[in-house]
Amino acid sequence: MKTSERKLHIEKGRSFGIALLPYSIWSLLFIVVPLIFVAYYAFTDNSFGFTTENITKFFTATSQVDGQEVRTYLLIFFRSLKLAVISTIICFIMGYPIAYIMATADEKKQRIMLVLIMIPMWMNFLIRTYAWMTILQDTGILNSFLSVLGLDPLHIIGTETAVIIGMVYDYLPYMVLPIYSIMAKMDYKLIEAAKDLGCNSLGVLKRVIFPLSLPGVLSGITMVLIPSISTFYISQKLGSGKFFLIGDAIEGQFTANNLHFAAAIAFILMIILLICMALMKHFTNKAVNGGGSR
Amino acid sequence: MKAASRIFTAIIFIFLFAPIAILLVFSFNASKSLSVFSGFSFKWYTELFHDTQTLTSVKNTLILAFLAMVISTVMGTAASVGINRIRSRWYRRYMDTVTDIPMTNPDIITGISLMLMFVFVGRIFGRSASLNFGTLLIAHTTFCLPYVILQVLPKLQQMDASLPEAAQDLGCTPLRAFFKVTIPEIAPGIITGAIMAFTMSLDDFVISYFTSGNGFQTLPIRIYNMTKKTVTPKMYALATITFFVILALLILSNLSDGYKRGGKRK
Repeated sequence: MKTSERKLHIEKGRSFGIALLPYSIWSLLFIVVPLIFVAYYAFTDNSFGFTTENITKFFTATSQVDGQEVRTYLLIFFRSLKLAVISTIICFIMGYPIAYIMATADEKKQRIMLVLIMIPMWMNFLIRTYAWMTILQDTGILNSFLSVLGLDPLHIIGTETAVIIGMVYDYLPYMVLPIYSIMAKMDYKLIEAAKDLGCNSLGVLKRVIFPLSLPGVLSGITMVLIPSISTFYISQKLGSGKFFLIGDAIEGQFTANNLHFAAAIAFILMIILLICMALMKHFTNKAVNGGGSR
Repeated sequence: MKAASRIFTAIIFIFLFAPIAILLVFSFNASKSLSVFSGFSFKWYTELFHDTQTLTSVKNTLILAFLAMVISTVMGTAASVGINRIRSRWYRRYMDTVTDIPMTNPDIITGISLMLMFVFVGRIFGRSASLNFGTLLIAHTTFCLPYVILQVLPKLQQMDASLPEAAQDLGCTPLRAFFKVTIPEIAPGIITGAIMAFTMSLDDFVISYFTSGNGFQTLPIRIYNMTKKTVTPKMYALATITFFVILALLILSNLSDGYKRGGKRK
């Protein structure tokens, strides 16, 4: 009995080893090693000698903007961060209620709305972004619509507003879907119970619905924040290339074949995002646990 | 309250579909303009079907997505079986973290990191153009794998582990038990994973942009190159066709009511 059990165990062990082997090698070669290459390029010069110049350049390079001397890449980074955070907040304000409406609708409506949310995601995002450009242009569809109504034309293209509209449009479904999938599984008896115990609608939202949906909110926020902080197409088209985002900076250095500096920017972005994610995870864990014990 | 939520829903869906409606309409524009409609015509569709570069890129995209799907589904399913049986906590943690990386890292970093490695390795072998179809396929398989694992692994965890053991007690070899018992049990996860891998690959622009080189053009890259110059409604015709293909597929899958609900529940 014992020997046969051991034999079975060994057999199991061996088969899992073989099954996992291709992916272990693949993920090491094409996920882990490439990240090491980012760091390697970031800390070397064109002849692959060690240097911290690329990293210092990111923090110290200056340029003239409106007669003022500014830190070029820090400015770009904080602009990216600002636009990404604003877009994420707007996505949340728009996405959270719609996720709730979807989750509480009857099953047929739920399915229709889910399909409607997913259709734009599956259309090429370059074309969708380009369509926004034709809408927002000075002579575009929005302004011809406004002039029909007798209103003054708006200048939106090439402004930060245009870029935010593009980000919100492209990434809204990424906010809605994770929140929806958590809310659809939520136990609605808890809400009824809270109401029976004298909680008003706002209290139910604050004390029951929101804490329960927090994991969905967290993954929604990351799924919007990360692509919008690193985008370069949206800013090229809707920002008319007038202001750079961090993605543009990386892409620009790549196109100019400055691979080492491109790697340095990517490396810094990666480190900052890692810190942000760790912090966010830490605080939500705290919030979820706190919510549970109350 | 009911009315308010209805109005809110309407606003959101108008926002989501306004650009799509606009590109549907302007794909039938008689003139070249993308903002002034001057009459109905099919001419951009005719032109699209004569644009060999775009048609080649569609073919390229489908070949690439198919191969990336097959490789990542087979490798990802095998990997899930392995990961599910890992006993060591640290090894398990390492695999989970590594699998998480391509999904949480911005695409631009995944793209840049692979590109840097390909260029470096290419240089060792003394090649100036180190990016080609092979590197693109590697990149696509790499970012598809986590989606497959994410779909298959939970199905394995939900599965009753004694089922394949029972099959083995009844005389199946472990491999036969796997194909006869485990695979059918986790099939919904495998199918959802494969579909996700396929659509992720079809839709990817950023990672392809950094890893494709000049020889092999996928549709998103073709579109990117088109939007660098003035765009004609031809591109909208392409988008309109995609829209109706997606719509047809979604309606079909909803009618058959199969994988979608199982998949979304996660």
